[in-house]
Amino acid sequence: MPINTELRRSKPNLTTILGYIGLSIAAVLVMFPFAWMLSASFKPDNDVYEFPIRWIPKIFRWQNYVDIWKQIKFGVFYFNTVKLTVIITFLQLLTSSLAAYAFAKIKFKGRNTLFIAYIGTIAVPFQVYMIPQFIIIRKLGLSDSHLSLILIQAFTAYGVFLLRQFFMSIPEELSESARIDGLGELGIYAKIILPLAKPALTSLGIFTAVFVWNDFLGPLIYLTSQKNLTIQLGIRLFLSDYNQSFALIMAAAVCSMIPVVLIFLIAQRFLIEGIATTGIKG
Amino acid sequence: MNIANKDLNKAINKKIDTRNRIIAYAFLLPNFLGFLVFTLIPVLFSFVLCTMEWDTSNPIKFAGLGNFITMFKDEGFYISLLNTIYYTLTVVPGTLILSLILALALSKGSKITNFFRSLFFFPYISSLVAVAVAWNMLFQPDMGPINEILRSLGISNPPGWTASTVWAMPAIIFVGIWKTMGYYMIIYIAGLNDIPVQLYEAATVDGANSWQKFWKVTVPMLTPTTFFVTIMLLINSFKVFDQIAVMTNGGPGRATNVLVYYIYNQAFVNFKMGYASAVALVLFALVLTITIVQFKNEEKWVNYM
Repeated sequence: MPINTELRRSKPNLTTILGYIGLSIAAVLVMFPFAWMLSASFKPDNDVYEFPIRWIPKIFRWQNYVDIWKQIKFGVFYFNTVKLTVIITFLQLLTSSLAAYAFAKIKFKGRNTLFIAYIGTIAVPFQVYMIPQFIIIRKLGLSDSHLSLILIQAFTAYGVFLLRQFFMSIPEELSESARIDGLGELGIYAKIILPLAKPALTSLGIFTAVFVWNDFLGPLIYLTSQKNLTIQLGIRLFLSDYNQSFALIMAAAVCSMIPVVLIFLIAQRFLIEGIATTGIKG
Repeated sequence: MNIANKDLNKAINKKIDTRNRIIAYAFLLPNFLGFLVFTLIPVLFSFVLCTMEWDTSNPIKFAGLGNFITMFKDEGFYISLLNTIYYTLTVVPGTLILSLILALALSKGSKITNFFRSLFFFPYISSLVAVAVAWNMLFQPDMGPINEILRSLGISNPPGWTASTVWAMPAIIFVGIWKTMGYYMIIYIAGLNDIPVQLYEAATVDGANSWQKFWKVTVPMLTPTTFFVTIMLLINSFKVFDQIAVMTNGGPGRATNVLVYYIYNQAFVNFKMGYASAVALVLFALVLTITIVQFKNEEKWVNYM
């Protein structure tokens, strides 16, 4: 595809125009499921599969968005997911940044060995150790509780690794001069390092929040009673209980995506730049 | 040299060492406790568990290599392994090529390209369950819009997609590529922007056309990125689960039963914890092999500069 080098020149020519036409077609194809989902969520069930597709519904059935909160415990699922996302993201940022500070800024015996233990586990997929982990959670009597998910997701080696790499890039002189000014380690961590590490903390926070919100396998393993389910499991439950309520299912799907869409709209530059810089190294 | 002074220095250093260690441990403790109990111990425990037999209600029994012998005789295991390979061998090149094409078209930053980048990236962060449910309806064989469109294009007998043993996997693959290509596009754009402009200028001076520049400059200079993308894609393909659990449940029959789905079923539906751990170690071996290849070849691939 020679479009790249052509685009580098500023004059619009045939290749550029063809390139944008191609991109527009690709964009329409990529966004097709979202558009269809949104449109179907406002239709009566009978109109969902209407063909040719009527993008603007003939009858707007706003009631779909009311019904989903009544027919299943959608509100409870929503609340559970918000709760898990907030708690896990907060604990992840707090504990990883503390640990990363120790790895990056304090010299102590056994630092390297401990750090190798951390990064060694990053290469092991969750799916490999999810079974022993499940057994431990069960032995602790925490099956079917939100605490189980909080405990398994709030202390990731990856979070520590990511922040440690960023903290390493902060010049040592800053901590040294703060030490001379009489600041303790906790003071340096809170007043010097954390403010400087805002971009890294934001990236980690966004990725953790999106991951927890979207996570499916974790809740699927641990949560069984209806009052504990997250929104992702809730949609699946919806699918099995009301599998002919097409429009309701789509309305539930749209609602489940709203927080992620908001995060995306607010922080998309952060997300994209975060991947471009840390994706390669991480 | 004053011996007393030297001893004093030693004592002070030792004191600082101890002090540092205590502070460091205090900083590490909250994270390390969680990491130790819920990651490190489970990882190590998985090597033990694969030699055990446990159904969660009766006591654990030692099984030696029994789980592995069962596994090598188990047709279900081979089917899931082959399905995983099928998925991997199509998703990896498919995503790679599409994400590269998008990156080439959008490497230059402007308002328009940023808008397109955001659109292509969006599926990556959207909730998989929500989009898999939508894709399931789109792929619905009798009245779904995809088959309606195919019929209106003159294909009288379109595929049965998730209802067909032959076409279920392609549908899953399609969703897999659609979901992640925007992510790899971003990584490719970063790689493209790292290529020094001088190389293109020099190639222009030498009279190279766009096609030649692509093959002689862009492709070789991108190899480190391509290598990274390939590794990530391979590892993530081995772990595919979500869209299968929502769209097909491993079916029809066992047509889309992949390794992780098989592990999940053996462990959490059939409660064969030891056996599932043995299969999980096969997954680990696959991922580990790829990781080792990555470390061994990193230098070889990156030395184009």
